Amino acid sequence: MSGHEHGDDGVSRRKVLECMTWAGTGVLWTITGGVPRSLGIIDSAQAATTAAPGMSFLQISDSHVGFDKPANPNALGTLEEAVGKINAMPAKPSFMIHTGDITHLSKAAEFDNAERIIAQTKLDVHYVPGEHDFIDEEVKLYRERYGRGTKGHGWYSFDAGGVHFIGLVNVVDLKAGGLGNLGAEQLAWLDDDLRGKSKSTPIVLFAHIPLWTVYPEWGWGTEDGGRALEQVKGFGSVTVLNGHIHQVMQKVEGNVTFHTARSTAFPQPAPGSAPSPGPMKVEDAKLRSMLGVASVNFKQNEQRLAIIDTPLQG
Amino acid sequence: MKTLNRRGFGLDLGLALAAAVLLPATKARADDLDVHIDNFVFQPAELKLKVGTTVTWTNRDDIPHTVVSAGKFRSKTLDTDDKFPFTFTDAGDYKYFCSLHPHMTGMIKVE
Repeated sequence: MSGHEHGDDGVSRRKVLECMTWAGTGVLWTITGGVPRSLGIIDSAQAATTAAPGMSFLQISDSHVGFDKPANPNALGTLEEAVGKINAMPAKPSFMIHTGDITHLSKAAEFDNAERIIAQTKLDVHYVPGEHDFIDEEVKLYRERYGRGTKGHGWYSFDAGGVHFIGLVNVVDLKAGGLGNLGAEQLAWLDDDLRGKSKSTPIVLFAHIPLWTVYPEWGWGTEDGGRALEQVKGFGSVTVLNGHIHQVMQKVEGNVTFHTARSTAFPQPAPGSAPSPGPMKVEDAKLRSMLGVASVNFKQNEQRLAIIDTPLQG
Repeated sequence: MKTLNRRGFGLDLGLALAAAVLLPATKARADDLDVHIDNFVFQPAELKLKVGTTVTWTNRDDIPHTVVSAGKFRSKTLDTDDKFPFTFTDAGDYKYFCSLHPHMTGMIKVE
């Protein structure tokens, strides 16, 4: 099989090994998606064997605090249940990311309630906004609370456990008929942020709306997301995390793994399976099987980053 | 059915209705129009109307929406069952969309 075709297991492995050689360290975190699902990529690649502890972080998304419609009359309650699950985890994650729609209507009381419950995890939380967090008249409540130290409308990056994390904002300045939007200023910042980074640095991009085109008919994609992905595709290991669609979906493209998270508030239908992407009312007994959180484990010297989606129940 | 004195007729009808069922008189002009938001869709997606007509948008989804026509009008965020009335005083084509869900678009043609 030629080493120049996309979507071929051998290519991914080869690229990863090239990265390792290039980095010269023999230690590399690589990222493939999906536990328990095996995606069949670089499963068997073996790295050098220096023992090192793993690192894990948690993703929580789409809390929609304030939502009280039939699909879930108590979104604050299910967020609280999710926090209970987090606090019961046998290994405490290093930190948490929240991929937006913390609130439903950007009200001060909704932000207060979300913060009160999420603070019970006693974890550092890195936020990006969803469109529901930016609908107060002056669009300032999110920024005053979470925007300190961020650029533009709230984008930023940080490093943890040898991984470079980048929080992006794709819910501002949306154009009629369009999808999510990053904008030229943010893309230029991203270019700067990545300049000089070793290509063996694992990258985690997170944003609210999928950066990849999931279902444009429902606006599930980002107009200029491809330009951000273009900037990271030379890296040996890239994970893209998002919320917005309230269900788990995965895709692997070269060294880039895409993964969406469940909501803690209410489920949304699979693309095209309903008249609209709006809240999906399911039997009460089934609701908690469709809500949940995702934990992500990096383990040094193991060729995968494991994303484990945990429903609130079942 | 269009008539020359449609507006006057509408007003009279409106007053009669208001008296009968206590509807506000302002809602009763026969040529005023409604757009509903159902399932992330503006219905009807396109309207043709005369200068002076008021269109009232009503959000019937469980998710908030907005009604925005760049430089022309912008509603507050409409929660479930919230309404946004706008009176068109100038002729022209008004393309509009939901700034939260930009794949939702509509058109008002005013003549």
